[in-house]
Amino acid sequence: MATVEERAESGGRGVSEAMLRGFFREMLLIRRFEEKVEDRFRAGELPGFLHVAIGQEATATGVCAALAREDVIASTHRAHGHAIAKGTPVERIMAELYGKVEGCSKGYGGSMHLYDVEVGNLGANAVVGGGLPGIVGAALAFKMRGEKRVAVAFFGDGATNTGTFHESMNLAQLWTVPAIFVLENNGWAESTPASQQLPLPVEELGKRAAAYGMKLIEADGQDVEAVYLATLAAREHALAGKGPVLLHLRTHRLTGHFVGDPQVYRDKDELKEERETKDPIRLLGARLEIGEDEFSTIDGELTAEVEAAVEFAKAGTDPKPEDALKYVYA
Amino acid sequence: MPELTYREAVRDALGKALREDDSVFIMGEDIAEMGGSMAVTQGLLDEFGPTRVRNTPISEMAIVGSGIGAAIQGMRPIVEIMYEDFLTISMEQLVNQAAKHRTMSGGQISVPLTIRTQGGAGWSPGAQHAQQLEAWFVHVPGLKVVFASTPEDARGLLWSAIYDDNPTVFFEHRTLYSIKGEVSDELQPIPLGKARIHREGSDVTVVATGRLVHESLQAAEEAEKDGISVEVVDPRTLLPLDEQTIVESVKKTARCVTAHEAVTRGGFGAELAAVIQHAAFDWLDAPIERVGAAFAPLAFAPGMEQWAVPHADDVLEAIRRTVARG
Ligand SMILES: Cc1ncc(C[n+]2csc(CCOP(=O)(O)OP(=O)(O)O)c2C)c(N)n1
Ligand SMILES: [Mg+2]
Repeated sequence: MATVEERAESGGRGVSEAMLRGFFREMLLIRRFEEKVEDRFRAGELPGFLHVAIGQEATATGVCAALAREDVIASTHRAHGHAIAKGTPVERIMAELYGKVEGCSKGYGGSMHLYDVEVGNLGANAVVGGGLPGIVGAALAFKMRGEKRVAVAFFGDGATNTGTFHESMNLAQLWTVPAIFVLENNGWAESTPASQQLPLPVEELGKRAAAYGMKLIEADGQDVEAVYLATLAAREHALAGKGPVLLHLRTHRLTGHFVGDPQVYRDKDELKEERETKDPIRLLGARLEIGEDEFSTIDGELTAEVEAAVEFAKAGTDPKPEDALKYVYA
Repeated sequence: MPELTYREAVRDALGKALREDDSVFIMGEDIAEMGGSMAVTQGLLDEFGPTRVRNTPISEMAIVGSGIGAAIQGMRPIVEIMYEDFLTISMEQLVNQAAKHRTMSGGQISVPLTIRTQGGAGWSPGAQHAQQLEAWFVHVPGLKVVFASTPEDARGLLWSAIYDDNPTVFFEHRTLYSIKGEVSDELQPIPLGKARIHREGSDVTVVATGRLVHESLQAAEEAEKDGISVEVVDPRTLLPLDEQTIVESVKKTARCVTAHEAVTRGGFGAELAAVIQHAAFDWLDAPIERVGAAFAPLAFAPGMEQWAVPHADDVLEAIRRTVARG
């Protein structure tokens, strides 16, 4: 989290250039990580079902940067960025994707169940909407014990149609718990566009907060600085005891729903245009005037970091098959 | 020894846990001022206040789900689902979340959550307020399942459920709330996974749960008059199951009847029969008989309801059938 000093001395909208450069680096790390995931999946090395969040890096980075280590998150099927941004080293995430004991869930979770309790990642969820009620409960525990912590649920626009979303929003507001509901609105639920799954225009999805009397904060999800500042505001609101916040971030999925998705349902020209105009990393790079040389230096370092993660993962330990029974009960 | 009703016994365990441990709190629909639809939590609001005795909206997913979240943060929430029929609404949170967090996290997380609920026929509520769904949960690794049939068991088992570090579904039977039973002066925790032999016998073992424990004890009295000696065993915890006590009993008697109020098809009796036949095949002198409800949504009219669910005479007939096999 930014210190007060950092925020005070920074220009523009309130974030120092150094911090923005840090964001840039982390977002590019997430991008390179996920590209590598796609690549290794195609090579047949990665088992399972994988979803990348290419185009949505700014929401992961911006939100998690505004959180304290002791704040907790629940993530979704599109989990790699959240996990990296909350602080799990990439090699432990990669090892998880390879099903190794060194993985962040020791090989029991996989891409859709990345956990790292030490850094406050309470787990990614493969059931759309599945993580939301737990976040209300975590926030309730913080409130009951007087701890200055927030609990944060990530979810997509599609998840706002589930019962758990509505029950969780309602309960969180009723009990004014310090929860932040982070709506990563990419306008798609798999192949189904907003127009076929949302009764509101996609840009207006935040209106759902009003039904619960909940505070709504909105930001451009492609602008990491805006996301970061919006999250700080949401956190402040929640910690002041004013109740939960719906943090509505409009974002763009610049790739398929899952790795290998041919996207037959998507207009190719539109996608191409979105890639050119909505890429949060490009947008930030332009703002920071990161030139080609500087970019390739950073990129080289991150690519090497990801490559090392792959090597680490491949050299990892396969769990003993019979250890499948090891963690069923506490 | 003091006497408590089953209802008071449950309340006693809740009160003691709330009193001794700040991490314990209870929540559910109408559990505060009203004391729950079965009056189990009456008085707890007055003693512990609304922060720890929480009325919730009608949100079964969020009740169980927020219980999970609080449990992961080190609380010991006890949530009440008003009728076990409504557990079906919270199923996703129970089955996919509560039961699986520990494994999916590679052991990083535990979920010390207790889910209390109740059900059972005998008061003509119709098909959506009297089901017995305990067998559904026995099929889910990661959950524990308890079904208490007496005041002493209810109190001691609930205590153990609360202090177990796993999500535990605790079934109470509606028609048992008013029964009285002797209890020890001080709450005695009863370990999960330990069956109770209610009555020793040498000719037939009846393995019964919930209300059918009482029906089976009555059937055993009747059978005794015909010179049939019946042993009645209540597993009390369905998951994990005390296979040893049950199998040893059947090895002694060589005959077995399972009895529960839930429908027979796919019921817990099926699991018991499978366990027993495998472990005691060479000891069995007769096929295992299963007693349970008729396979139909529970009808409303009292005559139909009573016909559909099993009673002591159904257990008695089953006992006689096993004995008749020679
Ligand atoms: C309860 C449930 N229903 C359906 C699915 C299959 N599914 C996985 S992701 C997804 C779309 C989710 O859309 P959204 O919440 O907007 O998240 P996004 O994929 O856009 O990040 C669906 C339907 C699921 N995993 N869980
Ligand atoms: Mg979406």
